[in-house]
Amino acid sequence: MTASPQGRPGHGLTVALFATCINDTMFPGTPRATVEVLERLGCTVVFPREQTCCGQIFTNTGYFDEAVPSVRTYVKAFGGYDYIVGPSGSCVGAVRDQHPILAQRSGDAGLQREVAQVAPRTLDVSEFIVDVLGVTDVGAYFPHRVTYHPTCHSLRVVKVGDRPYTLLSKVRGLELVELPDARQCCGFGGTFSLKNADVSVAMAADKARNVASTGAEYLVAGDNSCLMNIGGVLSRQNAAVKPIHLIEILAHTEGN
Amino acid sequence: MTTERLTPAPPPGELIDSPRFPVAARRELGNAQQRRNLHHATRTIRDKRAQAVGEMDNWQELRAAGGAIKSRVLRHLPEYLEQLEASLTRNGATVHWAGDAAEANRIVIDLVQQTGSTEVVKVKSMATQEIELNEALEESGIAAWETDLAELIVQLGHDRPSHILVPAIHRNRSEVRDIFLAEMGNYGTPPPPGLDDDPVNLADAARGHLREKFLRARVAVSGANFAIADTGSLVVVESEGNGRMCLTLPETLISVVGIEKVLPSFEDLEVFMQLLPRSSTAERMNPYTSIWSGASEGDGPQNVHVVLIDNGRTKALADPQGRTALRCIRCSACLNICPVFEKVGGHAYGSVYPGPIGAILNPQIRGTDSAVDRSLPFASTLCGACTEVCPVMIPIADLLVHMRSKVVDAKKAENTGVHLPHAEPAMMKAGAWVMADHRRLEAAQLATKTSGKVLGHFTDHIGALPWPLSKWANARDTANPPTQTFRDWWKANRAQEEQK
Ligand code: SF4
Repeated sequence: MTASPQGRPGHGLTVALFATCINDTMFPGTPRATVEVLERLGCTVVFPREQTCCGQIFTNTGYFDEAVPSVRTYVKAFGGYDYIVGPSGSCVGAVRDQHPILAQRSGDAGLQREVAQVAPRTLDVSEFIVDVLGVTDVGAYFPHRVTYHPTCHSLRVVKVGDRPYTLLSKVRGLELVELPDARQCCGFGGTFSLKNADVSVAMAADKARNVASTGAEYLVAGDNSCLMNIGGVLSRQNAAVKPIHLIEILAHTEGN
Repeated sequence: MTTERLTPAPPPGELIDSPRFPVAARRELGNAQQRRNLHHATRTIRDKRAQAVGEMDNWQELRAAGGAIKSRVLRHLPEYLEQLEASLTRNGATVHWAGDAAEANRIVIDLVQQTGSTEVVKVKSMATQEIELNEALEESGIAAWETDLAELIVQLGHDRPSHILVPAIHRNRSEVRDIFLAEMGNYGTPPPPGLDDDPVNLADAARGHLREKFLRARVAVSGANFAIADTGSLVVVESEGNGRMCLTLPETLISVVGIEKVLPSFEDLEVFMQLLPRSSTAERMNPYTSIWSGASEGDGPQNVHVVLIDNGRTKALADPQGRTALRCIRCSACLNICPVFEKVGGHAYGSVYPGPIGAILNPQIRGTDSAVDRSLPFASTLCGACTEVCPVMIPIADLLVHMRSKVVDAKKAENTGVHLPHAEPAMMKAGAWVMADHRRLEAAQLATKTSGKVLGHFTDHIGALPWPLSKWANARDTANPPTQTFRDWWKANRAQEEQK
C-alpha cells in the first residue's frame, strides 16, 4: 500500500496482539502475518509478553479452577488496551464467552470487574479489520484456488459471519470455491479428539473428503487447531490441499 | 426361566449400565448400514427444518418467547403445578404425584389392574420410556402395545429407540419389512403375505396390525407435550392419528407427564404450536393435535388420570444454569443437526434421551455416578450447532461445558477419598501452573523447539506420538514443531523498537 502513514486506516491505533499459546508455539507464522497485516494497515502493534493462554483447554475439559490462573494472566497482560486482537475464533471466543463465567467461579470481585472490561475488547482479527478499521481490501495478492471452512467457534461463538468471505473476495488473483457442507464441524473439539478419537476421525474424514472434492489448492480457516485436524487427515491421505490461516493469505502481497 | 412374555423382549441389560460413550460410540461406528441410514435421515430432516424455519421472519422472536415462557415456568414451578392440579381435578381428572420411576410405575400398574384389563395401548411418550413403564407392566402381567409406527418397529424388533422423535431412525425400510414379517404375526394381526418395502405398504401393514388393538383396548397410556395450568388441559402432538385413537376410544386414559411440561396458560400454545412442528418434523402445522381437559360426559375416556413425575427433575431445577435443560420440548432438532449423533446414532448414549439434550439432561436427572452419565457431557465437539437450532434457546454448548465441570468436580472429590487417583486432574493442574506465568510457558516451549530441531533432521512430520496423543496421530500427520516460537521472533525483530 502506498498511502502515507497518516492516511492509513489504522493510523493512531494501538493493537495488543493476542498470539494464543498454540500459535505462539506451533504456528508462529500466523501471529507474524497478523503483525504484518495490521502494521501494513497503519496500526501500532504491541505484544504483551505476560500473555499465555485463553484457558479453554482447561475450561472445556471441565477444569474450571485450573482455568482461572489463565484468566488472571490474561487480564494482567491485556488490561489497559483498547483493542486486543487475536488470529483465532476459538481463543477469542473463549475469552469473550468463558472468562466471565470463570471469573465468577473464582469468587474474586476484582477479577470479575477486570474481565468485564478486557473480555469484550478482545476481537478476532477479521472483526477488527472489517469493523474497527472499516477495511475489506487489505491489498493482498494470492493467485490460488482456495476453499474456506468456517470453523465452529468463529461461526457460532465469535459470530464472524461473512467477514472472512468478504476479505477473501477482495484478494487479487484468488479464486474462492464453495466447500460442500461447510458449516459442519471438522471433529476437532480440543480434548474431544483424544477422548472420542474414533468419532473425531470419522468427522475429520468427512470434512477432508469435502475439501478434496473442491479441487482447491488451499484450505483456509480462521483457526489453526481445526486446520491442523483437517490438514493432518489430508496429508495422511496424500491429498495435495494445503491448510493456511486466513490472515496468512491476507499478508501475501504482490511480489511476496 | 421360561415364562412366556406378552410383548417382544427388549435387548437385555439396563440402560444405566451402558458402557462409556467413547466405547459405545466405537461399537456403533462399526455398523456401516446404520451409518448410511443415519447420514441420509439426518441430512433430509436438517434440510427440511432449515426450509420450514426459514419461512418465518419472526423465528428468533418466537424462540425468545418460547425460552422466556419456559424459564418463567421453571422459576415458579410449584405454583404452576398446584394450579395445574386444581384445574385438572376440577375437570374431573385424578392427579397422582410420583417422586421416581418406581413410584410412577406402581401407580400406573395399580390403575390398570383396577380396571381388570391386562393390556394397554400406548401413545408415543418419552416419559414412559424414561421410567421404563412397558417392562414394569410386562412384569405385572400387563401387555403394553406401542401404536406409533416407529415405536412399533422398535418394539417388534426387540430393539431400543435411538431417537426422540424418530425412534427407528437407525433402520431403513427393508429392515422394517423384515421385522414386520418375522414378528407381527406373533403379537396379533399378521402382515399381508409377500409384504414389500414400499412405505405405503409398510404403513398399511402397521395399520392393519394396530386396528385390532385400538378397537379392543379399554385402557390407554400417554404422555403429554404440554400441560396447561389455567385450563387443566393436556396436549398431545403427533402426526399419525394413532394417538388420537388411543386418546378417544378407551374408557380409561392414564397420562404420565414430567413436571416441567406445565405451561401457564392456554394462550402459550400459540408460541409452542409454531415452534414445535417446524423444529421437529419440519411441518408448518402439526397434523394431529389432541387437547383434553379432564373427562367430559359421553365423550371420550371417562376415567382420566394424570401421573406427574419428578424422577430427578427437581435435582436439575436446583442448579440455576443446569435447569435451562428442563425447557426442552423434545423436538429433536439438536439430535438431527448434531455431527456426533449423525455418526453414532442414539444407542451410544445409553439413555432414552440421546444426542446433545441427552448429554446435558441425563447427568442431571440421573446424576453423575454411572460411567455413561459421566462420559456424556464429553460426547460433543462443542461446535454449537445444537444451540443454534434449539427452539427454546437452551444454551446447550455452554451447558455441556457446565456439566463437564460438574463431572470433574465429582472426580476431584473422589481423588481425596478411597478411589484410585485419576491421572487427568494432575495433568490439568500442571498445565494450569505453566499457564499462570509466561516464564513457565517459555520454559516449556524450549522443549517443543528442541524436539522440532531434532525431528527436523529426520522427517518433516511427526508419524507416531505417545499415548494419549497416539489417538490423534493414528489418523493424522502432524507437522514438526517450529524451531522458533512467535515470542522469539518478536524479541528478535520488534522488541527493540518497542524499547525506543
Ligand atoms: S434441547 Fe432444544 S433442540 Fe434439543 S430436543 Fe430439546 S427443545 Fe429440541
